[in-house]
Amino acid sequence: MSLDKTAQAYWAANIRVITICLIIWAVVSFGFAILFRPLLAMLPITIGGVDLGFWFAQQGSILTFIVLIFYYTWYMNRLDRKFNVDEQ
Amino acid sequence: MDQFTLNLIVVGSTFALYIGIAIWARAGTTSDYYAASRGVNPIVNGAATAADWMSAASFISMAGLIAFVGYGNSSFLMGWTGGYVLLALLLAPYLRKFGRFTVPEFIGDRFYSTTARITAVICLLVISITYVIGQMTGAGVAFSRFLEVQNTTGLLIASTVVFIYAVLGGMKGITYTQLAQYCVLITAYTIPAVFISLQLTGNPVPPLGLFSTHAESGLPLLSKLDQVLTELGFHDYTGHHGSTLNMFLFTLSLMVGTAGLPHVIIRFFTVPKVADARKSAGWALVFIALLYLTAPAVGAMAKLNIITTIYPDGTAAEPIRYDDRPDWMHNWEQTGLLAFEDKNDDGRIQYYNDRSEEFAPIAEARGWEGNEIVTFNQDILVLANPEIAQLPPWVLALIAAGGLAAALSTAAGLLLAISSAISHDLLKSVFAPNITDKQELLYARISMAFAIALATWLGLNPPGFAAQVVALAFGLAAATLFPALMMGIFSKKMNTHGAVAGMLVGLIATCLYIFTYLGWFFIPGTNMLANTQENWLFGISPLSFGAVGAMLNFATAIIVMKLTKAPPPEIQELVESIRVPRGAGAASDH
Repeated sequence: MSLDKTAQAYWAANIRVITICLIIWAVVSFGFAILFRPLLAMLPITIGGVDLGFWFAQQGSILTFIVLIFYYTWYMNRLDRKFNVDEQ
Repeated sequence: MDQFTLNLIVVGSTFALYIGIAIWARAGTTSDYYAASRGVNPIVNGAATAADWMSAASFISMAGLIAFVGYGNSSFLMGWTGGYVLLALLLAPYLRKFGRFTVPEFIGDRFYSTTARITAVICLLVISITYVIGQMTGAGVAFSRFLEVQNTTGLLIASTVVFIYAVLGGMKGITYTQLAQYCVLITAYTIPAVFISLQLTGNPVPPLGLFSTHAESGLPLLSKLDQVLTELGFHDYTGHHGSTLNMFLFTLSLMVGTAGLPHVIIRFFTVPKVADARKSAGWALVFIALLYLTAPAVGAMAKLNIITTIYPDGTAAEPIRYDDRPDWMHNWEQTGLLAFEDKNDDGRIQYYNDRSEEFAPIAEARGWEGNEIVTFNQDILVLANPEIAQLPPWVLALIAAGGLAAALSTAAGLLLAISSAISHDLLKSVFAPNITDKQELLYARISMAFAIALATWLGLNPPGFAAQVVALAFGLAAATLFPALMMGIFSKKMNTHGAVAGMLVGLIATCLYIFTYLGWFFIPGTNMLANTQENWLFGISPLSFGAVGAMLNFATAIIVMKLTKAPPPEIQELVESIRVPRGAGAASDH
């Protein structure tokens, strides 16, 4: 692959992983914790006496955010090496 | 030893530590001064970012903010943490690769225009100056509360300390003091939280305690809290009582605003590599989450604890007699943060929601004539915790040092963002491009001294809108800088006309919307419409408008871009180069 093609493929792979991460980011916060909270409340799952949506609003979303950033970091380090664009 | 002496010793020794660090980390070049020579370990930068980010308000008011509303204010928790995902994925690595010193510098270079750079400087100054006022007043309040000095004296001491380490050390000094400040503030926050959690639930980890069983009643803690609140005519804690649209937009505004705050972004310029910028954002969020997962637990537990203290035999029985109230209530009455008024002259403290129409008949039947806790400042939930949990006096001294650490660390970060915009973006780039590195360093220090003087003056004469300004800062960061930065990286075709038009539309629309409801420049009485839900456009609160402003910015920029000339080829190459990590080392020698 030419240098230009490599850069394009690298960028496309990056956009793909960013999109996936941001979908999860939106689903746990705007989705589970706000918009779909009533739906989630219909599930027979409670944490500490309250519905799942409340847990996502006060803890679950924050924990997911941390996992997302570290996953993205790990994934991108691998991608940087794979496309040979990492810093030496 | 009395509490005052102890506070003085603990606060005094933390200040000595900060000044010691400043002397050790003196800046010798502009690269030291603006970006700590890009030699900061990513985990250290994470802790520094956390201290930079968490203000006096996070430390003192966050728990109360959640506890007095319950579920509805979860927006703050998600908004102020979710922004870091945007930073890590969309901005930090690319801005680090670009390898310059300030946010307006990126916007100016990427959009090949001094107009764009100046527009960004204006946005930055409005955002950071409004934000710093709150920090300075916060530091003054913390001083006067813990060290029994006048507000003014407290503020002047705080400014002097910041002056010493910020002028001397610049970013380098600020980074390592922020690391120390993070350690102080998180220790101070965690110790009382662990004890209150142990006391109420038997679980030493507060975030787990929040979702476990209330030891006294055997019910889940949150169910117990819902129960006592509804029995006193309040909303239940876990229920959703506001507008879903506003909660959605407010959370989004806080997230996007967080990612667009210049004083947070510049922290990511200090790490050696692009990969470190990503990692550092992750660690920053870990360190922030330690406090943000604890705060809602502290809030809920302290609130339940206070209610069960007032109603020792349950809400159906008589509340405690005023003369039997615990010592900590007595102590905090002196500060004016807590005040009782025996409206029905029965010598007891009735705490209930006297605005609830449904509860009114019950209150009347019990002979209650109004809520008798007439002042219940939300900050009490954090400040009085050590006394409520009967912890030794040094814990309260630690809280004092923690509150001050939170205020000073955020103020210092903001002041650096302000002063580097003045010295680097205005003086060096526009007015005096030929100055040497040594001269620029001098100008940077003078700008810092000027910024501190300005912030101190504003802290002494707060414009009377301290509460609203933070909303304005987030709204503007969301509506102006974030879209410009993101499009600068993700759209090769975005040109100067689009970016400038977008920033201006975002800036003007957000200011207009906020001023319409909160008054022109927040001057009371000058608002054109009452700040009520019926008057809001589509029911959108002025506090939630930042997300709308950001959308307007994106839309305007894209339309204008389509109608105007594409950026020159070298700019498109620049965008391609910031998208790949390789070569960031070279940029750091710039």
